[in-house]
This record gives sequence, C-alpha cells and structure tokens, in this order.
Amino acid sequence: MNTKSEPAITISGITMTFGEKQVLNHIDLSIRQGEIFGLLGPSGAGKTTLIKILTGQQKADAGYSAINGICSDQLKGSDYRQFGIMMDNFGVYERFSCFDNLKIFAKIYHIGNEEIYKTLEQVGLKDAAKTPASRLSKGMKSRLRLARVFLINPSVLFLDEPTSGLDPATAEEIQNLIFNERRKGKTIFLTTHNMTEAAKLCDHVALLHEGSIVEYGEPEEICRRYNHQKRLKLHLMNGTDVELPHTNETGLRLAEYFSKGLVETIHSTEPNLETVFMELTGKGLS
Amino acid sequence: MNNIAAVFVKQWKDTLKNKTVLIQFLMFPAMTLLMENAVKLDGMPEHFFAQLFAVMFVGMAPLTSTSAIIAEEKEQNTLRALMMSNVTPVQYLLGVGFYVWLLCMAGSVVFGLCSGYSAQDFVLFLSIMAAGLLLSILLGAIIGIWSRNQMAATSLTVPVMMVFSFLPMLAMFNETIEKVAEFVYSQQIFLLIHQIGTAKLQGKPILIIAANLLFAIGIFLMVYRKKRFE
Repeated sequence: MNTKSEPAITISGITMTFGEKQVLNHIDLSIRQGEIFGLLGPSGAGKTTLIKILTGQQKADAGYSAINGICSDQLKGSDYRQFGIMMDNFGVYERFSCFDNLKIFAKIYHIGNEEIYKTLEQVGLKDAAKTPASRLSKGMKSRLRLARVFLINPSVLFLDEPTSGLDPATAEEIQNLIFNERRKGKTIFLTTHNMTEAAKLCDHVALLHEGSIVEYGEPEEICRRYNHQKRLKLHLMNGTDVELPHTNETGLRLAEYFSKGLVETIHSTEPNLETVFMELTGKGLS
Repeated sequence: MNNIAAVFVKQWKDTLKNKTVLIQFLMFPAMTLLMENAVKLDGMPEHFFAQLFAVMFVGMAPLTSTSAIIAEEKEQNTLRALMMSNVTPVQYLLGVGFYVWLLCMAGSVVFGLCSGYSAQDFVLFLSIMAAGLLLSILLGAIIGIWSRNQMAATSLTVPVMMVFSFLPMLAMFNETIEKVAEFVYSQQIFLLIHQIGTAKLQGKPILIIAANLLFAIGIFLMVYRKKRFE
C-alpha cells in the first residue's frame, strides 16, 4: 500500500505514437494522493490515450507510469480493485435494471446488496433501482456508470469526460458527486475539455495540446500567471461597460464611479483556462 | 471461478430479456415438438424431424447466440468495463460459453426425448450433441471476437451458420456436396446421430470432429491474438 507522502500516480516520459502521429510526447506528471487532477485538452489531444496507458489498457512506446506504486504495465486483475475506471465510452447493460447493472460487478468483487443500494442512493438512483438502463436519461446513465466506479470504493478514480454531453444542472450534480469522493480522500484523475468544470473541481490541472503538456499548476495560479492585461471591468447602471487598467489612478477613478452611484457590478478580468489555452496554442478547448 | 459465475449469472438473467438470443434456443426444440406430433408421412424415417432439427440446431443456435452476445458487449463497451473489473478474457469466454452450452443442452434434451431413445442411447445422443455444440460455440466466439459490432457479426454469422447447419441436409441430395461435407463436423454429427441404436459407433466421425475442434481452436487463438476484445 502506498504511503501518504508518495504520489498516487506517477507519469514519467510517457510517449505514444499511432502510425506517423505522436499522440503523447514525453509526458511527466506526479499526482498527489487525495487531489483532483484535471487533464484538459480538446478532443484528440491524447487525454483518453493517457488514461488507457495508466490503467494498463494500452502500452506506451516509451516511459513509465505507476498507480499507487504499481507499474501500469504490470497491473494484475486483483489490482483493479484499487482503481475505479469510467471511460467516456463504457456502456451499461441496457436491458438490466440499475440494481442488476451493479450486481454484476458486486458479484465480481464480493460486495453485498446493501452496498449496492447505498451506492445507488449516493448517486441519486435509489428510486430507479428497478428501472431498466434503457429507460434512463443520459444524465442518469452517467450516474449509473459513476455508481459502478463508486461501488468498489477504490482509492484512485479515473474519470474520462464524466460530464461530457450533459446539461449544466446534471453536470453540476455529477461534479458534486466527484467532489464528495475527494472529501473522502480519494485521488481523482479526470479528463475534460470543460474549463469551468476543471477550475471548479481540480486542485491541479495540466493543459494538453497535441500530445504535450503546455501548462501545469493550480487553475487559479495559471490564470493569474497569464493575467497580462490586469484590468477591472465595470458594468454601469446605464448599461454600458467600462474597463479600467491597473494604474496609480485606478483607485481614484473607481471612487469617482462609486461616489456618483454609477456602478452596478465590478469584476477583475483575469483570463480563464480557456483563454490561457488559446494564448498558448492558438486553439480553443472544445 | 467467481468471475466465470458472475458472467454466467449475468447471461442467465439476460435470457428472457434478450429475445434475439432466446429465440435461437427455443426455435428448433419448439419446431421439433410441433412437427414430430403434427406431421406423419408414409415412408418418412422415424423421428425424422427430431434428428434433422437437432443437427440444424447444433450448427445454428450456439454459433448465432455466442457471436451475438460477444458482439453486443463489444459494441456497447460493456465488455471493456468487465475487463477492467478483474474479469479475464478466458473467464468471460468460459462464462458465456458455458451459458450457451447449458441452454443448448437443455434444447438437446427435447430432441433426445422426441427421438425416443433408450436411456443408454439418450446419453450417447447428448454426448454427441455436447461435442457439436462446443465446436459451434467456439466458431461463434471466433466471429464475435472478429466482429467490431453486432451488424458485422450478423453478416458473418449467417453464411457460416447456413453452411454448417444445412450442409448435412444438402449432402443427402448431392454426391459432391456429400464428399465435401464429410470433412465438416456437422455432417459427422448428423451421421453419428443416425448411427445411434443401429450399429457400433465408428471412430472416423469422432476423429473428424476432433480434427475440426483442433482446427477451430487454432483459428480461435489466431483471431484472439490479433483482435483480443478490441
């Protein structure tokens, strides 16, 4: 078992090529235990490939990766008890009820029915326990797939685009579930191209572009680092917007606006992860 | 063993829900019950339908259902989820294979009972069916592993199934086909079933079935190494 000081996930020099295309280029990352790590990048950036390599579904051309100290290439069947893996394309048994979907995996891991109901309650599917998966909405199916991961109570969770294609309300529900797992001390490796989600959930993020990590750090810290403009944005009562650059006079001008009662809202204009990504790569995240 | 049982139980629970597969198990036994009781023609060999349908069942039901089950799991990516849950490919195939074999054996009991065998011949009949079913399950697994999705599996399964299930019937009408069919396991199953109760079983059919089995295992390993469950 891993000690608290050791990283939960170690990635060193991972390189992967499909034909002529280099999908991953010397990726180095260290993910601490108990943190939510977000790998951000547009479709085709290599996010899913990295998860596949980490979880032993695919072999890298070069490099080393390990989860809880176990080399990804040497993962044995029993090791999968420690990891919950929810890939973007993992399906559910459509003809089976939510309960029966989990029962299959519960049998594999010797988990009782009580735990199944507890997990269904955790993801808000207790009332749908007997409903066939084919009759679930997309959001409910996502929760069911998440329940499959939570059921085995793993220490490390790999979530590939967990909120992809969901409406904002359902996505938020899923995000809350993920955040609850972190509170329990789980390490979570998630991929997303939703920068709001990453900024909200992740302790650290890495921006992946064409197989290379172009930036790494805490979301807020990254945004601060790229805050070149340093401006305040005022929305005035008359509906107009005013931007104030950070200068010696900013305070005086702000005071003037406030004293005249003109200000409706005020915001600082740091870049978000999306704009940072665009600045670094010239491309958007979605 | 636990993982094989988990896959088996999953399939078992799916039996009544998966109409495509269920019909494969029921069609020929039901037709046998119907035809054996409803059609009696002068000059028709005794228990003609039971024995004919039994051979067709061997070539059709296990092959179609095994390939359909595997292809569906691949298409819906539930198989990948199982593989990431400590279930090995061998355990999965054993779980599915045993499930198909068991249900097909239940169907075989119907054919055996309709054929009016003595207890000893009934056991012999079931043994012959068991061997044939095993071979067809292996062929179904090859198609399931080879195919990317259910549609691809169906387009491969239909011609293969037609060849193996109809060959013994066609061999009755054409000498050339009979000569070719001699090397095919379903024809040998057909011949063995017809030898039950009439003469001592010959070694040649058993050898041909064994050779077919070895050949199928070889192809299975080749296909599995190439495709895995991708």
